[in-house]
Amino acid sequence: MSDTILSIRDLRVNYGGIEAVKGISFDVKQGDIVTLIGANGAGKSSTLRAIAGLVKPQSGSISFEDNEITGQDSTNIVKKGITLVPEGRKIFADLTVLENLRIGAYLRHDDISKDLEWVYELFPRLKERSWQAGGTLSGGEQQMLAVGRALMSRPKLMMMDEPSLGLAPIIVRDIFSIIREINKQGVTILLIEQNANMALQTAHTGYVMETGRITLSGSGEELLNNEAVKSAYLGT
Amino acid sequence: MNNPTLQKKDKTASWLMFGFITAIYAAVVFLELTMNGNHILFTVLKKGAIYSLVAVSMNLLNGFTGLFSLGQAGFMLIGAYTYAVLTMPVEVKLSDSVYRYYDCIVTFDTGLIIALICAGLMAALFAALIGLPVLRLKSDYLAIATLGFAEIIRAFFQWGAMGPITNGANMLRNYLDLGDIKIPFTDIPFPPTTFVFIVAGICIAIIILLINSSYGRAFKAIRDDEIAAEAMGINLFRHKEMSFVISSFFAGVSGALLAMYQFTINAQQFKSALTYEILLIVVIGGIGSISGSVMATFLYVAASEWWLRFLDDPANNILGLTILRSGFRKLVFSIVIMVIVLFFSRGLMGDREISFKGIVDKIRKRKNVKAAAPAEGGEGHE
Repeated sequence: MSDTILSIRDLRVNYGGIEAVKGISFDVKQGDIVTLIGANGAGKSSTLRAIAGLVKPQSGSISFEDNEITGQDSTNIVKKGITLVPEGRKIFADLTVLENLRIGAYLRHDDISKDLEWVYELFPRLKERSWQAGGTLSGGEQQMLAVGRALMSRPKLMMMDEPSLGLAPIIVRDIFSIIREINKQGVTILLIEQNANMALQTAHTGYVMETGRITLSGSGEELLNNEAVKSAYLGT
Repeated sequence: MNNPTLQKKDKTASWLMFGFITAIYAAVVFLELTMNGNHILFTVLKKGAIYSLVAVSMNLLNGFTGLFSLGQAGFMLIGAYTYAVLTMPVEVKLSDSVYRYYDCIVTFDTGLIIALICAGLMAALFAALIGLPVLRLKSDYLAIATLGFAEIIRAFFQWGAMGPITNGANMLRNYLDLGDIKIPFTDIPFPPTTFVFIVAGICIAIIILLINSSYGRAFKAIRDDEIAAEAMGINLFRHKEMSFVISSFFAGVSGALLAMYQFTINAQQFKSALTYEILLIVVIGGIGSISGSVMATFLYVAASEWWLRFLDDPANNILGLTILRSGFRKLVFSIVIMVIVLFFSRGLMGDREISFKGIVDKIRKRKNVKAAAPAEGGEGHE
C-alpha cells in the first residue's frame, strides 16, 4: 500500500436529491499522473470537490497517505498536501500575480521564496507580470497562474479540473508539457479532462467515468486504443 | 533586475506619503492652536475624522472582504452608549439629572481611553454573536439581515427594561466629551480636533496594516472568488467573522468619538439613515479604496456642513437669488452627488489608493533624460 498516495473507496456525493457520484473506487499511485475522463455530468468535478473538502461526501472513504480525510474541511486537506486547481481557473482577478501566488501559500508559515522561484522558473511569463492584476492576463496565462498558485502550497498531490478548458490547442499542449514537467519533479497529479486524447497521452493511468460510475480503467495507452473509448471520447 | 528598482521607488513614494500625512497633522495642530476653536472648519474636521473611521471600517467589510453589510449604525450605537455609560461620573449617574426615571445600576466610571477601547470591544462582541448566524448568508440577504440587526439593537437599547443601564429612550449626557480631555498630568485642555485626528488616525493605520497583511490578502481573495479561496485552504467563515468583528470594533470606536463630539447621545439618531450616509461616502470614495473613503468623507462633511450652507440662508444672498431658503442646500447636494455618481461610476478613486509613485516615476524619468543627454554628447535637447 505504501506507493498508493490516495485511495477512494465507494465514494458517493449528493447534491440535494441528485446523486452525482454513485459509489466509485480508485487509487492514485505516488508519482503518477492519473486521469479521470468522461462527459459532462459524469461526476468528475464532484469527485475532485469531495476530495478537496469543498463538498461533504454522502458515504464512502477517502484516504491520503493512509490517513482518513473523508469530510474534513479544505483547510486541513490543503495542509495535508492536496491542492486543487479549480475549473475555469478562478484566479483572484483584482490581486496581482504575486499576491495570487502568495495566497496559494497562505497556510504555510515557512520561507516561500524558493517555491516562488520554482514557479517563476516553470512559468517565466508570470515573472514578467508579477505586478499585473490577475484579471488582466490572457486565458493561458491565467491557467499558468492557477497552476502556479496551487504549487505554492507545495502539494504532494495536485488535482486539476479541466486545465484545457477554453484554451487554444497550442496552449493546451504547453500546459500538458508543464504538467509532465511538474510530475517529473515529484508531484503526483490527478487530472480530469474532457480532452480525452491529450489527457490519456499524458497519463500513466486512466479511469473513464459515466453517470457517476467508473466504467473502464487501464493505463493511458490501453484506454487510447480501447474501441469503446475511441468511439465515445476520441471521435475516431 | 526589475524588482529592486521597483521597491526603491515604492520606498521614496511611501516616504513622501508619510511626509504628506505628517504635514496634514501638523496643519491641524497649528490651525487649532492659532484659530478660534468655534470656527466651522473644526466642526468639519472633527466630524470628518469620525466619519472617516467608520467609512474605512465599512470599506474593510464591503470593499475588501466583499461582504455587503449594513449594520454600521448599530455598532456605532453600541460604541457610543458603552462609552457614555462608562465615562459618566458616578455622582451624575446616582443623581436624578440624567437617569430621571431609572436607577442606574452601573456604579462605577472609567477613564477615557479604557472607555474608548471598551466601546470597540462591546461592538465587536455583539458583532461576533450576530456574525455566527448572519455570515452564512450572501450578498443582499446579508445586507437585509445586518440592517435588521442594527434596528433590533437600537430598539433593544431604547427598551424600558434596559433603562437602568441605557436610560431607556432618554438621552445620555454629562459624560466625558471632547471639552473634558486634559493633557496627561496637567490641567491644560487637550486640543479636541487633534485628539479626534490622533484616535481616528491610529485606528485607520491599524486597518491599513491589516489589509496589507496576509489576512488582508485572504480577505481580498474571498472577495474575488470564494470557491477558489476555499480551495486554497482559506477558512471562509473564520475570515469573514474576523473581518466583521474587526470592522465592528472600529465602528464602535467611531461611535464613541461621535458621542464625545456631540455632548449628548440618543439611540434615535443611529437609524439606518446613518448607515446609508456612510455607505454613500464609501461608494463616492470608491469601494476598495481607503484613501478614497477618507477623501470622500471630508468632502461630504465639508459640503453638507459648510460649503453649501449659504444656500440655506436667504439673507446671505450675493447673487440676488430668491430661491434660497432652508433645505435648498440638500437639494443641491443631492444633485451634486448624482453628478459624481454619473461621472465617476466607480467612485472618486475606484479601488486605487492615493500614491506618490506616479510623481516619483515622473521625476525619475526626467532625471534619466537629463543624465542621458550629456552622455549622448550634449546634443542639446532642452
